[in-house]
Amino acid sequence: MIPFDFIYCRPDSLKEASDVYIQLRNEGKTAVYYAGGSEIITMCRSGSIRPDAVIDIKNIPECTVLKIDAQKLHIGAACTLNQIKESKFFPLLGLACGRIADHTNQCRISLGGNLCGTIIYRETSLPLMLSDADITLYGPEGQRTVPFLAVFNGRMQLKAGEFAVQVHIPDWALEARCAHIKRTANEKIDYPLVNVTALWKDGFMRAAFCGICSHPFRSGQIEAVLNDRSLSCDVRAEKVLGLLPEPPYGDVEGSGKYRAFILRNTLSSLLEDAENGKI
Amino acid sequence: MVRYDGKTVVSLNVNNETHEVAARPSDLLLDVLREQLGLTAAKPGCKNGDCGACTVMVDGWPAKSCLMLAVEAQGHAIVTVEGLGGTAAVQKAFVEANAFQCGYCTSGFLMVCQALKTQHPAMPEEYVIEEWLQSNLCRCTGYQEIRKAVHMMYDMT
Repeated sequence: MIPFDFIYCRPDSLKEASDVYIQLRNEGKTAVYYAGGSEIITMCRSGSIRPDAVIDIKNIPECTVLKIDAQKLHIGAACTLNQIKESKFFPLLGLACGRIADHTNQCRISLGGNLCGTIIYRETSLPLMLSDADITLYGPEGQRTVPFLAVFNGRMQLKAGEFAVQVHIPDWALEARCAHIKRTANEKIDYPLVNVTALWKDGFMRAAFCGICSHPFRSGQIEAVLNDRSLSCDVRAEKVLGLLPEPPYGDVEGSGKYRAFILRNTLSSLLEDAENGKI
Repeated sequence: MVRYDGKTVVSLNVNNETHEVAARPSDLLLDVLREQLGLTAAKPGCKNGDCGACTVMVDGWPAKSCLMLAVEAQGHAIVTVEGLGGTAAVQKAFVEANAFQCGYCTSGFLMVCQALKTQHPAMPEEYVIEEWLQSNLCRCTGYQEIRKAVHMMYDMT
């Protein structure tokens, strides 16, 4: 049971969603955008958030799009992880979606919720960081489409009242060589100790990470090392540990030292597999 | 635009019957099913989306009813174990395979298996069965029997 009341709004258009947000704000109420709702319901139940209203975006046509046209894949923010995985349009994103929570929850959790939520891993962001994806946002100042990396710096940098509408992925990325490795402490279904996601473009390996630090990231310095074939795979993997944007993250799932150990071994195997043509 | 502020009459299609219930927007589908409709097959377990004891079918897909608002369920077809009627292949298979011990998780497993059969009418590959079953927990660890029941369910139909 959620131990307090909130207002539930289900707008039919982007403008309606933004307008009701503004209206609620003007009434002094806090509102959160809602799609799958699993994180919001959990946090409301535990009392860590207490919104006055939820704005359900699932009835907005632009937020449920899942199609390829004009050389891009368009995915609405309210699409579920399972829909994305089963569409098979973007296998790397499908792999990421298929390793978040369990299958039943994948039928509820939305792409927008995974990107904009508070859980630090945001695993769907990794394929988007690597694929030159764009994202469309809508808010009180209107609609804007920007490179995903322009508004994602470990977490979404949204303006007040803004919400994710769609992501757009260029077609070159959809069939590109890729790898997705998620290491967990015990069970297959768990938060990542380390998630390494890689995508190759023109023979150059792009890599993004989560779990190892307190937020997902992609680093040009790390990619330069990973692609330096004058060094052995082991040396490259070791050097990456010195280029992390912050000290390795530690919690009950795994200490920072352990996560660094896992990352080094994972990267070393990944590089060897890549050079031996196994990916 | 739909807007619910305060207790509202919500129309739910559960087991092919329309029910009108008075619910707050923040009421969970699980609580409404159990406390207002008396459909107690969906069990409160972790109430956190982890255990799967509260699984129901929504439009043919499995859903954890502890992570869905009742107001969201309007316009969707909800099926609980009560809607299986007691003679569904999945229920017979669970009995045949002794796929339960304490039984608390059973209704959640039944619904996830029924949804599996709905989405995959022919026996899917083993990894698909495993993937779907991983959504639910059985603290008695009767997993092998449950897996056997899934195979028997497909053999029966």
